[in-house]
Amino acid sequence: MNSVIKGSGYCLSYTPGLMLHNGSTITTERVVNPDGEFLKEMGKHVRSYEDCVAYWPNQVYIGNADPEELRKVEFPYYDKKFENASRYGKFGEIMPEAEFLLLAQSCDCFEVFYLEKGFVEAHKKELAADPVITEAILNRVTAGSELSEIETLVSNGEAEGLYYENKLVGCVKRAHDIDVNLSAEVMLENLMNKASSVLAILHSLKNAGISPDDVEYVIDCSEEACGDVNQRGGGNFAKAAAEIAGLNNATGSDSRGFCAGPSHAMIEAAALVKAGAFRTVVVIGGGCVPKLGMNGKDHVKKGLPMLEDCLGAFAVIVSENDGKSAEINLDILGRHTVGTGAAPQNVIGSLVADPLERAGLTVNDVDKFSPEMQNADITKPAGAGDVPMANYKMIAALAVKKGWLQKSELASFSEEHGLVGYAPTQGHIPSGVPYVGFAKENIEAGKMNRVMIIGKGSLFLGRMTNLFDGVSFIIQKNTAENEQGAVSEDEVRKLIAKAMKDFAASILDKEAEA
Amino acid sequence: MSILKGKKVVIIGDRDGIPGPAIQACVESAGGEVVFASTECFV
Amino acid sequence: MDLENQKRVKDFAEKYGPENLVVVLGAAEGEAAGLAAETVTAGDPTFAGPLTGVQLGLTVYHVCEPELKEEFDPAVYEDQVSMMEMVLDVDDIVNEMNEIRKEYCKYLSA
Repeated sequence: MNSVIKGSGYCLSYTPGLMLHNGSTITTERVVNPDGEFLKEMGKHVRSYEDCVAYWPNQVYIGNADPEELRKVEFPYYDKKFENASRYGKFGEIMPEAEFLLLAQSCDCFEVFYLEKGFVEAHKKELAADPVITEAILNRVTAGSELSEIETLVSNGEAEGLYYENKLVGCVKRAHDIDVNLSAEVMLENLMNKASSVLAILHSLKNAGISPDDVEYVIDCSEEACGDVNQRGGGNFAKAAAEIAGLNNATGSDSRGFCAGPSHAMIEAAALVKAGAFRTVVVIGGGCVPKLGMNGKDHVKKGLPMLEDCLGAFAVIVSENDGKSAEINLDILGRHTVGTGAAPQNVIGSLVADPLERAGLTVNDVDKFSPEMQNADITKPAGAGDVPMANYKMIAALAVKKGWLQKSELASFSEEHGLVGYAPTQGHIPSGVPYVGFAKENIEAGKMNRVMIIGKGSLFLGRMTNLFDGVSFIIQKNTAENEQGAVSEDEVRKLIAKAMKDFAASILDKEAEA
Repeated sequence: MSILKGKKVVIIGDRDGIPGPAIQACVESAGGEVVFASTECFV
Repeated sequence: MDLENQKRVKDFAEKYGPENLVVVLGAAEGEAAGLAAETVTAGDPTFAGPLTGVQLGLTVYHVCEPELKEEFDPAVYEDQVSMMEMVLDVDDIVNEMNEIRKEYCKYLSA
């Protein structure tokens, strides 16, 4: 039987301090253009936590509104407010920066993460009030250090400073004096990624209504690497996050594929469960510090707030078929292969048209496509256009070529079968997977039959290949009941065997008669 | 006079527009010599 | 434009001579195409890369522009690019590219 989506968690962590100090656009600018306008101006373009929470796309991401409701909001979104916006949503939360720094400190296992005493004291109660934060996590938050100690570490160049409301409140120290793979910058990125994953795991457990002890395997599909000079990408983020989240019965591993990572990992999880290797698998993706403020120069130039001020994270729980939850159909997988090439029509053909055709379906049989769900509020001012819309136009154009759609239906296709983008530009985070939570709900409510999740990845950025990549899969209505009611594969085999035996016997009989 | 034929060509493709290798195939079909092809990614 | 790509463009212009080099873009939007074209002609407008203040004046086109399409093998273009014409705002891209070329290109054959 197919494995099912048992639950999901989607979280954002508001981190303007990390954005202004550790985002790659900003750290690059400090090197190449230290006296430029952007570095002088950017501080004026930081929005408040309240504005970040009231931002429509963020409320959709944590589940307080369906993407279809966002469609009705007039573009651009940054100057509109979500009424009665809340920190918590049905899928997760938007965690404020101070609490997130404490959570990240709880993820430190090597005494490299320092927070100032008074800062810890001031915010520990706030973190404790979060309903998913466990006693074990709170106990891991240390009492804190003297500010002077932190200042010394930062001024010596041994540590990366952590800033809250423009004040130094902590630091992440390097974990090795000469190994660049364990530098302060890398340790900071990796610990923030780990912390955001932990938060998403905790929300996914709550939403799925399962115990941490039920989880047997975790797959991390982020885009960071952890290891030392002798094994630079050794891993294992999955198990590291599982430990803090209290998944005592789980092991895990990391799966990588740039932005296509989540779709690969979902297919792997569904296959592991269907094969019976593990009963419950959690797929996690944590936030990416360097991508904070990635398009900030364009946002500042155009007078917008710097909209990339949140770390994104998700966790999806895949488990054995329970007879009711939406399931993953492994028979309809799209795959961009080595031979597919880079032409956009081949890419979208391999991911969308080919798998549907093999299953005897067309694009009209899929209620919603979830490709790259980047928020256009962020990408449009940066010249990258409306990424999900471009995907829908490609799917529709291909469908016209296949004769599945009339040319006159091109415009309505993206509204009927598409979604408006709402996910932060955190690489793998927006890639297909943000809609899994909504897809599960809508399918289980009988509003949809099939949703296609499409992941695409820019492998060429690693300079190991010029290839592109992608995989897709279908989430559908639970079919366990049908399978039980109908004849099973085994029974079919027995029936065929019996028919052949009877046929052979009748030939023998005839020969004997002759 | 042709733009590409006999020229050295640098390609800056875009992941969300036309990727480098797709442009390269076109340029080569016009007799241009591709000396570098890359694909940028804004997301 | 990516800093590494700017460096490559600069190096190739020195190696082969700017008059022998053509840059072909695949940007998704007119504005992005215009910025990339400006970078390889008038210099990096974002003041970030090796082409800051360097006026190479290179010949630059977007792959969807009619002048280039005329030179491509139509079958190759059909396979590799044509579908994207339904996706991109080609008119906007062509306008942006024409403006930049008119202003900054030094080696256009008349």
